[in-house]
Amino acid sequence: MIFLKNIAKAVLPFAALSVLLQFLSARGILNPYWVQIFQLACIVAISALGLNLIYGFTGLFSLGHAAFYGVGAYTAALLTKLYVGAYGDEAVIAVGAVFLGSLLAGGFAAAFLAFLVGLPTLRLTSDYLGIATLGFGVIMKVLFDNADSLVPQLGGARGMTGIARMTGIPWAVAALVAAILVIRNLVHSTYGRALIAIREDEVAAAAMGIDTFRFKLIGFTAGCAFAGVAGGLYAHLYTFLHPSSFDFMKSFDVLMIVVLGGLGNITGTLVASFAWIFLLEGMRVALPPEYIEFRWVLIPLLLIVTMLVRPRGLFGVREFPFLRSKVYR
Amino acid sequence: MILEVQGLTRYFGGVRALDGVDFRIGRGELAGIIGPNGSGKTTLFNVITGIYRPDRGVVSLEEGEITGLPPDEIARRGIARTFQNIRLFRELTVVDNVRIAHHPHVGYGAIAALLRTGAFYREERRTREQAEEFLSIFSLQDRGKALAKNLPYGDQRKLEIARALATRPKVLLLDEPAAGMNPSEVTTLMEFILRIRERFSLTVLLIEHQMRLVMGICERLIVMDFGQVIARGLPGEIRRNRQVIEAYLGKRDDTDGGGIRKKAR
Repeated sequence: MIFLKNIAKAVLPFAALSVLLQFLSARGILNPYWVQIFQLACIVAISALGLNLIYGFTGLFSLGHAAFYGVGAYTAALLTKLYVGAYGDEAVIAVGAVFLGSLLAGGFAAAFLAFLVGLPTLRLTSDYLGIATLGFGVIMKVLFDNADSLVPQLGGARGMTGIARMTGIPWAVAALVAAILVIRNLVHSTYGRALIAIREDEVAAAAMGIDTFRFKLIGFTAGCAFAGVAGGLYAHLYTFLHPSSFDFMKSFDVLMIVVLGGLGNITGTLVASFAWIFLLEGMRVALPPEYIEFRWVLIPLLLIVTMLVRPRGLFGVREFPFLRSKVYR
Repeated sequence: MILEVQGLTRYFGGVRALDGVDFRIGRGELAGIIGPNGSGKTTLFNVITGIYRPDRGVVSLEEGEITGLPPDEIARRGIARTFQNIRLFRELTVVDNVRIAHHPHVGYGAIAALLRTGAFYREERRTREQAEEFLSIFSLQDRGKALAKNLPYGDQRKLEIARALATRPKVLLLDEPAAGMNPSEVTTLMEFILRIRERFSLTVLLIEHQMRLVMGICERLIVMDFGQVIARGLPGEIRRNRQVIEAYLGKRDDTDGGGIRKKAR
């Protein structure tokens, strides 16, 4: 069974990485703060991979990624809040199952909303999606701000508190490995080629017998599902959600990561996500306290320089070996 | 009759781009469409392949009506085409450009692709080998790993035909396949078209301005002007047809000195 072998190949790096990180943090070599930042980087990478699928591979310009991230976060947080309390501390497996289910539900909720947004807009040319998702982002922010009047537990503008801290190294790493595998295997299959063909030339793609509307919808929905799952992990990492974290301006952060890493480049998205998070946090430590806000001067400068030196993203078209299409050779 | 067009009409605003076009193409035929620029030839292709919906009229393929179907459905029913301005998937490799055409026939589902099951590997190998076979017809097999955008112009034209062929069409529509080719490339292209028609038992309908190609290989010609079919027949007949000569060269005006005056547009 070739796919069992493939799954084993995926479990190995996951196990190695999470055991190593657990060990380092248990020994106090990595302090809890950096462990948390590492998890955040994994989460941001998952969300960015989703946007890369939408914008980089399918060529659909979406400005609502943070909103889908938020939908996942609130959905998952609400579900664990409602259902985890029923179990005691010793019911690790039951709690884990609820958490997994909540993450998937978060992904599904984001995907479902993406489907609803995509249904009318993806029949048109892709510029309309940008505007529709921008509007969706604004609407969702208002909705998050007033969510407490519908469901008190969501907290509304005061923020949602009391979320259990459940995201740990194994969860974050496992989700990231799964996300990488899904996107790699999708991209290097006939489905991925169909998405890239649509990006390259929609008219020609249709002339090849590809149902372009259907595949644009699939690409957009799947990418938003990534954001939803990432949002769920985020909620259970910081245990506090505030609508301002899912403001439409936050969509630009993910967009910058994807463009910086290179459109349609998985390696670039991964490296850019980690670089982005660690740079922001690293500067917090490195810069004297009164200059911390200079991060927002340095980061754009860095962006400009990178885009001048490497206009096609950090890695251009090159990929890490395990992300290349081996079937092709 | 494999392809039949009846009363096809398409307006763009007030312009009648197609005005009641009728013709029939028999199975295995190699027919050409000629006409001055702006006479509606490419619009006709765009309506047949579903890129535009006609305002009136019927298109049928093998007696089944395909009018107004979406382009991907028409492609799956068996009409493939190339484009006047080459439309390749530029950032994909040459092999993958052809492999896209196998998409509707790939024998694995999304789950198999995500889990990379045996069926996935088998089908990927099969589609790659088939794609390479199509490339070798056009002597492009050595360029398989190159990006499509890096091919020279002539090879890009060939790749586009290879890609269209790989969709396993019944009818192949070629929109100015010889555009920008030098005389020796045109000769090779003519041989290619004849050869693939034979090998894949295709029906070919092509738009072309190069008379050497049109007169050399087309068995039947359809001449368009102002969105209408103004003549049809064997190449020899078309060559002597008064209306066709007028459409291309203008009308002989015998009233004042007999000079040739370009027909007013």
